[in-house]
Amino acid sequence: MIAVKISFLLNGDPVTAEVPDQVTLLEMLREHFELRGAKEGCGYGECGSCTVLVEQEAVNACLMLAAFVNGKSVQTVEGLAGKQCRLDPLQEAFVEHGAVQCGFCTPGMIMSAKALLAENPRPSRDQIRRGMAGNLCRCTGYAKIVEAVAAASKRGCSCGESS
Amino acid sequence: MAKVLEPESGGVALQAVGKRLPKLDALDKVQGKAVYIHDLKMPRMLYGKILWSRHAHARILNIDTSRAEKLPGVRAVITGYNTPEIKVGFLKDNPVLKKDKVRQYRDEVAAVAAESLEIAEEAVRLIEVEYEPLPAVFDPVEAMREGAPLIHEEKGSNILKLPWKLICGDPDEGRRQADFVVEETFLLPWVTHCCLGTSGCLAEFQPGGNLTVYSPTQIRYLAQRDFLEAMAALGLKDKRVRVVSTAIGGAFGSKLDTYPFEFITILLAYYAGRPVKLVFSREEEFFATPARQKVEAKIAQGCTREGRLTFRDVEMVLDNGAYTSWGATTPSVMMMPISSLYKVPNVRYTARCVYTNNIYATAMRGYGNPQATFAIESQIDALAEQAGFDPLEFRMLNANTAGEVTPQGFKVGSCGMKECLEAVRESLNWNEKRGKRNGRGVGVGSLIHVGGGARIYKSDACGTIIKLDDFAKVTVMSGATDMGQGSDTVIAQIVAEELGVCIGDIKVIMGNTDLETWDVGAHASRTTFVAGNSALYAARSAKEQILALAASLLNEPQEDLAIKNSVVYSRRNPAVSMQLERVLRAAHFKTGGTQIVASHFYDPPTQMLDKEMKGNFSAAYTYGVHGAEVEVDRETGRVEILKYVIAMDVGKAINPMLLEGQLEGGAAMGIGYSLMENLQTEKGKVLNPNFLDYKMLTFADMPEITSIIVETGERFGPFGAKGIGEPPLVGSAPAIANAVYDATGKRVRSLPLTPEKLLFDADGSEERGGE
Repeated sequence: MIAVKISFLLNGDPVTAEVPDQVTLLEMLREHFELRGAKEGCGYGECGSCTVLVEQEAVNACLMLAAFVNGKSVQTVEGLAGKQCRLDPLQEAFVEHGAVQCGFCTPGMIMSAKALLAENPRPSRDQIRRGMAGNLCRCTGYAKIVEAVAAASKRGCSCGESS
Repeated sequence: MAKVLEPESGGVALQAVGKRLPKLDALDKVQGKAVYIHDLKMPRMLYGKILWSRHAHARILNIDTSRAEKLPGVRAVITGYNTPEIKVGFLKDNPVLKKDKVRQYRDEVAAVAAESLEIAEEAVRLIEVEYEPLPAVFDPVEAMREGAPLIHEEKGSNILKLPWKLICGDPDEGRRQADFVVEETFLLPWVTHCCLGTSGCLAEFQPGGNLTVYSPTQIRYLAQRDFLEAMAALGLKDKRVRVVSTAIGGAFGSKLDTYPFEFITILLAYYAGRPVKLVFSREEEFFATPARQKVEAKIAQGCTREGRLTFRDVEMVLDNGAYTSWGATTPSVMMMPISSLYKVPNVRYTARCVYTNNIYATAMRGYGNPQATFAIESQIDALAEQAGFDPLEFRMLNANTAGEVTPQGFKVGSCGMKECLEAVRESLNWNEKRGKRNGRGVGVGSLIHVGGGARIYKSDACGTIIKLDDFAKVTVMSGATDMGQGSDTVIAQIVAEELGVCIGDIKVIMGNTDLETWDVGAHASRTTFVAGNSALYAARSAKEQILALAASLLNEPQEDLAIKNSVVYSRRNPAVSMQLERVLRAAHFKTGGTQIVASHFYDPPTQMLDKEMKGNFSAAYTYGVHGAEVEVDRETGRVEILKYVIAMDVGKAINPMLLEGQLEGGAAMGIGYSLMENLQTEKGKVLNPNFLDYKMLTFADMPEITSIIVETGERFGPFGAKGIGEPPLVGSAPAIANAVYDATGKRVRSLPLTPEKLLFDADGSEERGGE
């Protein structure tokens, strides 16, 4: 095992790390940076629970080596809310539309949706379904997640249906 | 998409109950802040790893752990030979570390705790085990035969000594009375929970010998009792065990028992003298955790010319696998639809659970009901056809009704079955669409489930403690468990309503056996009903204390006082009022003051089933109907769901948004069960232990779900509510199978309904006609 020294932008902040060359991006984020929002649901790219953005694109962090992000930008679910906890519209929509149950898949779902909306700001429900088909959820039946993504795409800001 | 059919009574305007409020912990979860077992880390924590068996059935001749012990970073290596024997499960037939022989590939042979997961994995590879393979048996019918290899020799037979049997009325006479009879055999596969968060736990001994186990369990207090037994085996009989819940990454029944890995983690932590965490990989989650069992169901039902059911006769063989967990008790729930779905006066049910060298069986959402209802409801269609009835009309004719006492002794309070059938008929455009046989078809599947707890233990209770602080903020400590279904929010809504405070002022704490009072567990769709009632009565008691204090402060009779929006006021003269927080501070800040703390232990008014398996074991019954419109591709045999509707009599929707989440999630699991899920094994080996080969529904597979909420106002329910966790998947499979029959004329009697079964007669079940 060789240790590799890398520098990259993590949620907007420049960071450096020295990691063994076999370490995945997911392991580095969770263990080295203690960002445990991204989850390991399977470890081989089938469930999407580990989804983060690398250069704005959704990737399975469990399949990518940490060294690969050298010089790149990485965004995790922890980097979505502003410093004073102002939530991203997607986070707000997930809360308000009941898109969260056990919540294990939620960070990955939100990051996948983030990438989807960046590419297609007004997706149809069908495009949401196809665009997010790499993220598994066992609790919700996906319906409320589709609603939440559709709602977030419409506003780009919060809508307070709840009291 | 939901439509609510209002109850007739109407009633007072509710402030918190009935509102579409977000789940309380969603804010944490969308920020990645919820702490699951995977995220938990303790100072000096070690990592545990289990060595699994290499055979489905073999003698263990020798285990050599010497090379593993010498590996740097290894802190404990344990086997069944260097630890006290601990047996787990409903029949205590499952040693946590196997000694002398293994009975399944999933068997725990040894375990290691090490400084890193990598070292633990390497150490496990260095353990050498010598086996002598034994003849094995994988088919429960073969396992019942004379001379079959015995899974547990000391038991003398592979048939479990749990002779499930229910007889109501005279089933033979019922058969004679029938003008039409249909007899068939149905086959149900192994399927598994697929929780996105894999299983795991963390065990830590305190210096005095007390133990803390961090666990995503559904049964905090029963687990505490089980872990105390392990402590006794370690000679720590009088010590304390604290069970602390982590966020649960999905449960669905999988965490309703305690399992060998949890005890292994405790043993590792004890022998290493350090905290140990053990978390399953996805592959381990698939092959090592128990699943919903394979069932073969022979069923006969009959009716008169007028369409009245006269009898139902069901005989089942259940694959128990190598060990006994709750799977072996699912017949106690299968009896419910068998005896009480529709009015059927004469019923016989027998079930045998059989040991094999397969993976073993546990609880999974529905607890046997999905298997039984698939057989009953598929056959109801066949019987209706024979007798010349529209299948939906046939169901209306035999539907359950409020106030009936079923042959098994269930006292049905509210019952919205007919309303649900009507709602599904309308939603599917049934009269228009049915009976075309043109590749498109519609089908329904009704269900009954417990909706008011289930007295399967002597207690079916839940405890709640409520306290209020100086600023009128409310803390609710509930014995209940939230595994994503929203019980935290539902409990808060109930308390907010009763106390007259806003939901934002309520914090619900659950998940620490040192803090909250007892609860039997998150099972049987019982939490809204039982924990909800417990919270309701505790809140009522707190309110009475508050009003008594306010009565003396305001010089008003207590019975005239009420609380709304955190203000105590007189109903006769609303100008006389006081902020709730001022009442509370007045109680605290005086000589000889007092505090507001209330508690309630709610146990529903139910009976345990008697020796004949009869009695009113739930305080309420939930009814519902699933409906599907499908299109079957003639070329490929692929089933596409064009429309899916669930109408559910929930008593009262405490939170319609979270309720829809249960309906949609249950439907997804049910559609998966119907069309694609199948945990395949070959000679005991799981062939598809990953998400590529074990198919569950993705976004792309999921049809739109129409949820229809029927509110019948259950007399014993909190604000009229009944339980709803499991029913949303119970009626799926028959609704889809019946729609496929309506589309194609082909009756598939085994799940999943794969294209090959529809294209070829590769069903596996036999077809026997009626008369």
